[in-house]
Amino acid sequence: MATTIAKAADGVDARDYAARITHVSKSFDAPGGRNTVLDDITLDVAPGEFVTLLGASGCGKSTLLNLVAGLDLPTAGTISTQGRPALMFQEHALFPWLTAGKNIELALKLRGVPKAGRRQAAEELLELVRLAGAHGKRVHELSGGMRQRVALARALAQDSRLLLMDEPFAALDAITRDVLHDELTRIWRETQVSVLFVTHNVREAVRLAQRVVLLSSRPGRVAREWTVDIAQPRRIEDAAVAELSVEITEQLRGEIRRHGQH
Amino acid sequence: MVSTETEQNPGAKPGPAAADTGDLAGLEAGLDALETRHTGRPPLSQTLVQKVLPPATAIVLVLVVWQLLVWAKVTDSYKLPAPSSVWSEVEDSWTRGTLLGFIWTSVSRGLLGFLLALVIGTPLGLLVARVKFVRAAIGPILSGLQSLPSVAWVPPAVIWLGLNDSMMYAVILLGAVPSIANGLVSGIDQVPPLFLRAGRTLGATGLRGTWHIVMPAALPGYLAGLKQGWAFSWRSLMAAEIIAQSPDLGMGLGQLLEAGRTNSSMSQVFLAILLILIVGIAIDLLIFSPLERWVLRSRGLLVKN
Repeated sequence: MATTIAKAADGVDARDYAARITHVSKSFDAPGGRNTVLDDITLDVAPGEFVTLLGASGCGKSTLLNLVAGLDLPTAGTISTQGRPALMFQEHALFPWLTAGKNIELALKLRGVPKAGRRQAAEELLELVRLAGAHGKRVHELSGGMRQRVALARALAQDSRLLLMDEPFAALDAITRDVLHDELTRIWRETQVSVLFVTHNVREAVRLAQRVVLLSSRPGRVAREWTVDIAQPRRIEDAAVAELSVEITEQLRGEIRRHGQH
Repeated sequence: MVSTETEQNPGAKPGPAAADTGDLAGLEAGLDALETRHTGRPPLSQTLVQKVLPPATAIVLVLVVWQLLVWAKVTDSYKLPAPSSVWSEVEDSWTRGTLLGFIWTSVSRGLLGFLLALVIGTPLGLLVARVKFVRAAIGPILSGLQSLPSVAWVPPAVIWLGLNDSMMYAVILLGAVPSIANGLVSGIDQVPPLFLRAGRTLGATGLRGTWHIVMPAALPGYLAGLKQGWAFSWRSLMAAEIIAQSPDLGMGLGQLLEAGRTNSSMSQVFLAILLILIVGIAIDLLIFSPLERWVLRSRGLLVKN
């Protein structure tokens, strides 16, 4: 019934997971009874692991991410994470009254980084997402892809061991999305952060993840899991990616079809 | 955003090592360069033609029509003085050294009253916006007060406080505080929930959330409230000055107007009305409009495609 946040002792955490979701259910009051969105979800994300949560509309994947982020409480079950997770949204959610660099510095400040080190740290994070020199840029002066990279840098500024991503590339054009997939893979490997990535795009899920978790819809349950053994760096057009995507898509379509049979 | 190694052919057959960092960096720099919009300020001459010329034309037109009406003798000259006699009233007052005094008496009162209203209205607005009970309790009254003409407060203020400056400030506060508070409330109500969620995941909760996220996000609405608050301050003050006459109160623009009426000097009445109008416009043009435009421009809300 609670969300616990594990405190790291002296920066050392002996836990063998970045997030542990145990028998979590979530339901809301709706006209005509309770509406169960998530039903008995159990899922671990290992330290440094990249997991994608895949599902059709109404599978509660964003709800689950909100629960892990601590923005909402589960109806039943427990969620425990290493520290407070960072969260990235489909919209960049950058604050328009601050410059790109100041957005990152605000995250550093709220984390308790002393003023003297913030500017330098923000520059380094911008360099990590290849936006060196964008520190003074206003949000509206950046392209969609650049905004999402600043948002990624801001999320990384929280120095969390777990990065939650809620369809962060869904609103981008295909070319930019493809480039950002490469970027995310590179940054994930460099920083060794754990990622829980929500998407409804099967190819994206396979392109990025070490493990793909398929959720069924209404209520959301773990339907199946795949371990992706394709070597990184991958490309979205690789034959192996396509092959696994076909298999997962078949299963996903099966899940969706069940809802039309009432 | 100039890149040196763009235009790497993205369609080139990628080997397994194609996502090699140099290639990706070049590709990304190319995309960034292609998608970045450049915005700048329009040139000065364009600003003059688009922003200064139209109102100047309108003013000249009004003066011409006014003079034509005087020439046509549509009414008695004591009811409608010529523009020239209002102008000589200005010159008289200037040479006697009283003109700036009238203006300063009112403007200093108005601005001080406005600042007081700001200090009271801001925390009040925050409370109403953030505390449900307070909103339910006084929110409707606060919006209702905005529609109450502040001149209605002059008689009670005179009875409670007497004919002095505090009575003036009381009337200004009752006029301006609701506008400022309501502006802040609607500014906060319009903050996109996404900013609040993003702030919470970054750890900005409670007072830190209010300071770092809610207040800056609500700034455009707050500024609109301030602007309206100034207009209400000025109006309330003029109402108070016209009604309340006393040697202790000095000679502000409202008193000048009322004195013109008792002296049956229509040109003095016109002079007072013009000065009241000009001060109101000038404060808005010199303080609030630049502030508002700066805020909107820095957020990309004034960019035209």
